[in-house]
Amino acid sequence: MKFGVIVFPGSNCDRDILTVTQGLLAAPTRMVWHQETDLSDIDVVVIPGGFSYGDYLRCGAIAQFSPIMNSILEHARQGKYVWGVCNGFQILTEVGLLPGALIRNRGLHFICDRVPVKVERHNSIWTQAYQPQQVITLPIAHGEGCYYADDDTLKALEDNQQVLFRYCSASGEINLADNPNGSMNNIAGIINQQGNVLGMMPHPERASDPSIGITDGLAMFQGLLSSLVAAE
Amino acid sequence: MATKYHARIYVTLRASVLDPAGTAVESGLQQMGYTEVESVRIGKYIEMQLTAKDEEQAKQHLDEMCDRLLANTVIENYCFELTAMATV
Repeated sequence: MKFGVIVFPGSNCDRDILTVTQGLLAAPTRMVWHQETDLSDIDVVVIPGGFSYGDYLRCGAIAQFSPIMNSILEHARQGKYVWGVCNGFQILTEVGLLPGALIRNRGLHFICDRVPVKVERHNSIWTQAYQPQQVITLPIAHGEGCYYADDDTLKALEDNQQVLFRYCSASGEINLADNPNGSMNNIAGIINQQGNVLGMMPHPERASDPSIGITDGLAMFQGLLSSLVAAE
Repeated sequence: MATKYHARIYVTLRASVLDPAGTAVESGLQQMGYTEVESVRIGKYIEMQLTAKDEEQAKQHLDEMCDRLLANTVIENYCFELTAMATV
């Protein structure tokens, strides 16, 4: 069982992922430079946060054409796991592995904060270590995190229960006041129909090491790791 | 024989997509006294020179470039104008 963390020019959360997977959980992890093309040794591909290629044109727009991307598409096609966080989520929508798009925050500001997030489903490999409808606290740090999709796409996402995380109040209410960036339906994270591709704006890797102060994100890594190790 | 073209590409947000930057600029203009301003939408303008064997090929390539990279058609529309510059 091995994690692969994709490193683009401008990625800046790649080491944070490594610190959790290899540092805290002792899981084998390989940093994968965007010019590489071989992912055959990797089980979970993580596309980290940052500003790939300077986020020129649109966030994630140029990263989608880097050499590693065909291998990531093939990895996902084989049903293996792909996990995009923040800029990684933006890249996954640009390349079409996840529907919709991430656009400028409603309030225009870059938001760097810790926010309550509701775990909508705990019966997915990504969130199995949480309680049903558990409210957790995760950091967000983005200027373009407002999730947008057309009405049909949004309906399909909800009908198929593809929304994994939603911004909420501390007590778990889903409302406009506790929607930091204007995302439709308060969406903070979604999976594809098969459930093997996840994109999310909040940063669980920045909420895993106790020295940082919050550890609500660690269970994502632990749950995923224990499932995949058990399957070996 | 090929022709060098100058392309002007306009990428605009779809009507259904919120444009908070456009709304902020609209409110700025109104505060300046331009109360006649109603709807401001901010897009992107791209200039490009390209060589193609004819106008049809140039348009076909530009469509591809816009669909694949220059615009995200989930949230944006695009259009372009093409001017022949010189035969090369």
